[in-house]
Amino acid sequence: MSDLSQASQAAHIEEAHATTTGISHNKLLMWAFLASDCMFFGSLIMTFMVYRGKAAGGPRPQDIWDIPYTSVSAAVLLLSSLAIVLALTYLQRGNERAFRIWLVATAGLGLLFLGGQYYEFTTFYHEGLTLHSSLFGTTFFVLTGFHGTHVGIGVIWLLSLAWMSKRGKIPAIRAEMPEIVALYWHFVDIVWIIIFAVVYLIPYKP
Amino acid sequence: MSSQPVSHHAHELPGPALYLKLAVILGIFTIVETATYYIHINETVITLALLIFMACKFVLVVGYYMHLKFDHRLLLGVFGFGMAVALAVMLVMIAIYGNY
Repeated sequence: MSDLSQASQAAHIEEAHATTTGISHNKLLMWAFLASDCMFFGSLIMTFMVYRGKAAGGPRPQDIWDIPYTSVSAAVLLLSSLAIVLALTYLQRGNERAFRIWLVATAGLGLLFLGGQYYEFTTFYHEGLTLHSSLFGTTFFVLTGFHGTHVGIGVIWLLSLAWMSKRGKIPAIRAEMPEIVALYWHFVDIVWIIIFAVVYLIPYKP
Repeated sequence: MSSQPVSHHAHELPGPALYLKLAVILGIFTIVETATYYIHINETVITLALLIFMACKFVLVVGYYMHLKFDHRLLLGVFGFGMAVALAVMLVMIAIYGNY
């Protein structure tokens, strides 16, 4: 078994006994962060829903949405969730090479999603929807832009982890990091699950 | 070191086969969600269907991919609290300011 896998096992066993709850502090902190991020995205989604009808004479949602395109983006992000859960499974089974391959695949799918978002944003911009054009534009770009930022941070984190794993530089004290990164990445995916349904698909009265 | 389970819950965790099945289910749900955009029936029915599909996808990812179903109950409480607050604020604000 590889060093990282051994360290991962040791860290889990040690952490389980070292805390009063039996949960490692890192993991509990990540879940608490994700809970706070729920509130953050909840407020952004709510603001979008309130203002999405305020197009101020500019493009309205139904004028510019490209649903098949966005559904492919949603599928890409769902696939990335599968990729990272497979990466974690292979790490737990001691196959560090497969872990890195799936980790890089996850990052690649994240980059593909970001590329798609860049294309969507530029298309909307050329159709007259900007950050300043209307409340609909402002709330849409702020919401999806913050989500994209989360994806970007996740991609950097994933690639850093893959690089550290390749160099054998993940110290035993950080052996839980792959699981923490995976939690963050899945969260990015579930936020998009909500955005895809609520922002793009649910009908509204203009 | 022997190849024992990684964590205290590792022996309960699903394997790649279940993860793949879940991915297929999530994909089917996404296709159905997309199809609703082209179906012109009662908007309330469409909205309800979309919310149900969204909730199912959410629960599958959080429960199985994020292992919350197999993990310590405290984590469910922490995350559930954040979700509940977010949901409550959303519903109240949309009820007050939304145009439905």
